[in-house]
Amino acid sequence: MGSVNTKVTLCGIEMDNPIIPASGTFGFGYEFAELYDINCLGTFSFKGTTKDPRFGNPTPRIAECYAGMINAVGLQNPGVEKVISEELPRLAKCFHKPVMANVSGFAIEDYAYTCEKLDKEDQVGWLEVNVSCPNVHGGGMSFGTQPEAAAAVTRAVKAVTKKPVIIKLSPNVTDIVSIAKACEEAGADGISLINTLLGMRINLNTRKPVIANKMGGFSGPAIFPVAVRMVYQVAHAVKIPVVGMGGVSSAEDVIELMLAGATAVEVGAANLVNPFACRDIINDLPRVMEKYRIQSLSEIIGQA
Amino acid sequence: MKQGIFEIKSNIALTATVYKMVLVGDTSDVTAPGQFVNILLDGLFLRRPISVNDCVGDELILIYKVVGKGTEQMAKMTAGQTLDVLTGLGNGYDLSKAGDRPLLIGGGVGVPPLYMLARQLREAGKEVSVILGFNTKDEVFCEADFKALGCDTTVTTVDGSYGVKGFVTNALPESYTYFYTCGPEPMLKAVYKATVTDGQFSFEERMGCGFGACMGCSCKTVTGNKRICKEGPVLTKEDIIWEA
Repeated sequence: MGSVNTKVTLCGIEMDNPIIPASGTFGFGYEFAELYDINCLGTFSFKGTTKDPRFGNPTPRIAECYAGMINAVGLQNPGVEKVISEELPRLAKCFHKPVMANVSGFAIEDYAYTCEKLDKEDQVGWLEVNVSCPNVHGGGMSFGTQPEAAAAVTRAVKAVTKKPVIIKLSPNVTDIVSIAKACEEAGADGISLINTLLGMRINLNTRKPVIANKMGGFSGPAIFPVAVRMVYQVAHAVKIPVVGMGGVSSAEDVIELMLAGATAVEVGAANLVNPFACRDIINDLPRVMEKYRIQSLSEIIGQA
Repeated sequence: MKQGIFEIKSNIALTATVYKMVLVGDTSDVTAPGQFVNILLDGLFLRRPISVNDCVGDELILIYKVVGKGTEQMAKMTAGQTLDVLTGLGNGYDLSKAGDRPLLIGGGVGVPPLYMLARQLREAGKEVSVILGFNTKDEVFCEADFKALGCDTTVTTVDGSYGVKGFVTNALPESYTYFYTCGPEPMLKAVYKATVTDGQFSFEERMGCGFGACMGCSCKTVTGNKRICKEGPVLTKEDIIWEA
């Protein structure tokens, strides 16, 4: 065959392939650009950016789990001004495709402020608005657990940008479909899911939580079935595209999430274990597509 | 940073819980003493960061203490087996500040990375003093290695069963031009207070990736936020902010 088509179109922007390193696992790209040409990626979602600079949570922030890990980084980032003045110019030297800007906030006005700033940046293709960070108090996930609050953030962001707005949802909710639908009705151009599952580990020696913040977000291959289920549920309930993620570590996983309904697929924790994970998945996609007799990836979206 | 497959040449116990593993592979990215490697192990998700004890030619030497599932698995491995290793991680020690008579202070499993540093300082003609701190006689390792380099080597044990009784700070020489240290945080704090020159400290932290991507091991310093795995693990004395 040798001529499979990996291209997909996400919210009107064509991508060479559906592979997107997930926010928080790829920094602003440079660490990986030292290892391989990151222009092979579909795009990548940069480190969650907030209005003001943040150090994040105290350490330890990381815990090992079966087939995964817990993190409680807490949105460490230099703030949107420095992201625009320092990170984006540096990124422009090694990445020449539209990038996905990941935005978090603690008030609806924060989200709007940050998105309005990023809206003016030509490098930014999509805004991925995170209403699902489990590691910050009084923000993040609290917006993503109520349909009305998620819709309010969506409306506020849509009012300040012409770029496609993708709302990133938390799996730590009772009814993900109602939240996704509320975002769609409020004007979201896409939905991405799943953020990490709230988890916890306890050290038997110290008899205390491993993580300083006690709880954190559980990610890695262990959560993949949860991601497939939630992507399937949401993709069948909304008309806007869905970006799937959660424990993806192989080209087979990518195809499975696309069959569940994902238009594009983010890869998170796998990047931290194998820094070449996304490049390897992209290189492996044609082989796996041929194996499963897939001519064009865009044709399989939601076929399950 | 490089990812490579290394073959185990040997893996022997130095004490009841400390092992020395010699690996053979592409070591070209190991550029400074005090750097670390990150090792993928069967059935464990995150890699395990281990400091480099020495690196000569294509041989990478690790001395590690068995503290959990990862190091337990490593201790059972034998010659001929292979490991997936990320090399060349972290900044490492800066030798240019050493002066003529540098002092190296190591505690427990913080001792190994000082060996490559001591070797390079000796090769540069420096008069090197070394203080190695342990809890008790049975836990002492590496003393002969430092002596063989020609370092003025003092061992301390907390219980006094070997060498000078007490902590490394009980054995500080009167005069030295600079210092380098690695060990548990209480020891690093004591060294920070007791030393009279500038110096460099190597820190530990739980890591996600080990190469700067996840921000899991960040710390605050005088010159801004740093990642222990990337801008560290070595920080200069004047840069350190001790968290309460």
